[in-house]
Amino acid sequence: MFRFIVRRLLQMVLAFFGTTLIVYALMFAGQGDPIQALAGERPVTAAQRAYLTEKYHLDATGVGGFFYRYFDYISNLLRGDLGESLTGRSIGDILAAAWPVTIRLALIAIAVAVVFGVTAGVLAGIRRASIFDNATLLLTLLVLGIPTIVLAPLAQYFLGVRWQLFPPTAGADPDFFALLLPGIVLGSLSLATALRLTRTSVAENLRADYVRTARSKGLPNRRVVSVHVLRNSLIPVITFLGVEVGNLMSGAIITEGVFNIPGVGFNLFRGIRTEDGPLVVGIVSVLVVVYLVSNLVVDILYAVLDPRIRYE
Amino acid sequence: MRVRRLAAWTALPLAVTLGLVACGSGGDGGSGESDPNAAVRIEIAEPQHLVPTNTNETSGSQVLAALFSPLVDYDEAHKPYEVAAESITSEDNTTWTIKLKDGYTFHNGEAVTADSYIDAWNYGAYAPNGQNSSYFFEKIAGYDDLQGESPKAETLSGLKKVDDLTFTVALSQPYSEFKAMLGYTAFYPLPKAAFSAPGTLAEGYEQAPIGQGPFKMKGTWQHDAKVEVERYDAFPGEQPKVAGVEFRIYQQLTAAYADVLSDNLDVIKTIPTENLSTADTDLGDRFLQSPASSLHFLAFPTFQDEFSNPDVRKAISMAIDRDEITRSIFKDSQQPARSFVSPAVAGYRENTVGAAGEFDPAKAKTLYQAAGGPSKITLSYNGDGGHKDWIDATCNQLKANLGVDCVGSAEPKFADLLTKVKDKQPIGLFRLGWVMDYPSMENYLGPLYSSNGSSNYYGYRNPDFDRLLAEGAKAPSEEEAIKKYQEAEDLLAEDLPVVPLRFGQNNFGHSTKVKSVEMDLFDRINLVKIEAIK
Repeated sequence: MFRFIVRRLLQMVLAFFGTTLIVYALMFAGQGDPIQALAGERPVTAAQRAYLTEKYHLDATGVGGFFYRYFDYISNLLRGDLGESLTGRSIGDILAAAWPVTIRLALIAIAVAVVFGVTAGVLAGIRRASIFDNATLLLTLLVLGIPTIVLAPLAQYFLGVRWQLFPPTAGADPDFFALLLPGIVLGSLSLATALRLTRTSVAENLRADYVRTARSKGLPNRRVVSVHVLRNSLIPVITFLGVEVGNLMSGAIITEGVFNIPGVGFNLFRGIRTEDGPLVVGIVSVLVVVYLVSNLVVDILYAVLDPRIRYE
Repeated sequence: MRVRRLAAWTALPLAVTLGLVACGSGGDGGSGESDPNAAVRIEIAEPQHLVPTNTNETSGSQVLAALFSPLVDYDEAHKPYEVAAESITSEDNTTWTIKLKDGYTFHNGEAVTADSYIDAWNYGAYAPNGQNSSYFFEKIAGYDDLQGESPKAETLSGLKKVDDLTFTVALSQPYSEFKAMLGYTAFYPLPKAAFSAPGTLAEGYEQAPIGQGPFKMKGTWQHDAKVEVERYDAFPGEQPKVAGVEFRIYQQLTAAYADVLSDNLDVIKTIPTENLSTADTDLGDRFLQSPASSLHFLAFPTFQDEFSNPDVRKAISMAIDRDEITRSIFKDSQQPARSFVSPAVAGYRENTVGAAGEFDPAKAKTLYQAAGGPSKITLSYNGDGGHKDWIDATCNQLKANLGVDCVGSAEPKFADLLTKVKDKQPIGLFRLGWVMDYPSMENYLGPLYSSNGSSNYYGYRNPDFDRLLAEGAKAPSEEEAIKKYQEAEDLLAEDLPVVPLRFGQNNFGHSTKVKSVEMDLFDRINLVKIEAIK
């Protein structure tokens, strides 16, 4: 197990540098005129252009310029300096301010997906073809069919503005309640998928031999479901949720925008809009780490859930 | 068990709702009297900078308007009057004497002196400091010596201190409307505390700027979240009617709009386009409009043969139904334009474009064919600005009314459009907009149409026009300057290098908790006028 983790960590270092290189190259290739992008439609003076060009090495172009700027970036990164955004703010500071709120949001979303998705999935799996099962099927299809870009403003309008059940926006330093609605919106898609996955896998496992054995031993139904069936049914769900943690953090661009939460997605969106290469690369690098770590956690959880799975 | 937990989940929001409703009705039920102890919340975007000479977008300048008091402000007729200045005078339009009012202090207690202005302006004009608004100082003598990578001088030779409250500004050329320039953000003073050494801005000044205005910082600039200011009691000018302002930072206007609807935010400065059609019913008389300084137009590449004939340009202008497009596409959020300068400046006259501004398809077609206009017209625009709808509508009108083939061609970003325009590539007509730097006719004419204008991308050259502008700058009084500028504007109507299409308009709104919400010419909420309702 220990060797497995060490090997995975070493792979993560490689994967990290590989992705930063690719993302940096993409941003570099797609970069038009970041100085004009920053100024919007206002004229940029020659003095201002010269100042920014020199400060951010924007005159280094072509293949040589790319490697010059990439190695400059990486060597600063290794010293723990993520660089400065085009407005002169330290990207490290931006990320330090953005991550906590995004993590809280993602945790609420995951909690919503697990609590409601897995519970309802188990219920639907046990009572297959019941009204509850059919109702959840219909509901999840509906949720999966509505993209967040529609769902988020609708939820905000009805639950926030019209009926005033929730605050319509969360702001920079939100309490748990203010994050609840964005969390539910963000988690609803994962909720629907988790529900479908749990339901199928519970329904399948209920017909497995070991369940019949357990029942014939005379175990109470509650124990059969919660220990034998659920534990085995969770493997696909855990796989899904592990990947979803990364998705929720990077995919919160729309939700964070609609509910005005200055998190990672919010900053990523701004970075892309203003062609702020270093900001985008910084955020994406951290996201890559999140994906890698959550995948590692999932792999370790497999071993916990199913003793037959071992790592050497 | 699970059912009970679900019940608890729904009970929580319900309880909070009741609380909210109770609070809401309490607030509404007030007498509408002003509450001087309340703070108001105003929407902004994340400012790019909070240093006066580095701030040229509306969010930053809105915050600075709270922290600083300008030398001049503008009256109903858009003419400047003194605020922090006692008098601003000149005999020859070249050397201006600025006397400051006594009694102004910075928020750290430091007295405002002539040096506060001189130091700030020198810092702003010095090219290696890379200040966004450095071009505001280009009219001052010695500006050129501060440019380049290693400038010859560090201070503007045109700025001279006379005594503690008086200084003179020598311009490199006479300019009759220098006083009108001084109302903008770039001309605020800076305290000694802003500099760590002469000419070096102290690190961290930007996080909590010290000004001499009606409000002082409360804490520091909380990036992406808010900037809070509170009333500065030692301010000698007109005191604001609220205890403080929270500038709340939004990335998306739709979020701010939802907050205004539910009284979680007091003022939204721009109502998002998608909500414009419902704003009237949503907000009622809390939906407000005021003229903005922006002008939107279609420019001709007059250096190309096919557009070199003014009659071709006039025919195209006559074939466009501005009123229809403003109504159906912009839902009256902008106003049709038939002049080259905005109603936001003194000297504006309606309909200076004349006959070419009237929608007359029959006449347009005859004129177009007689002048031998091209059979295919391209309208270029930037795809990142929401321009597709009106460009397509304009194209359809040109097709129908002139019998030509017309296509809209999108460049991905504004920078791409500008690059092609600067390189004089054949991209047909192109859209541009203009927002004034200071309320003066000259600012709408000089940069855009004079032979060496910084934003003259259409190759327009008219020596008479240049001469009239120069005469206007030398005119002994503002009235006479305006006369010259109006003559210059009439020349533009004859040549029509661009087709003015629309004037911008501020569409803003406020919650039920504030009143007296006004917007100034620089798209800023007037923070001295706004009141909170008890």
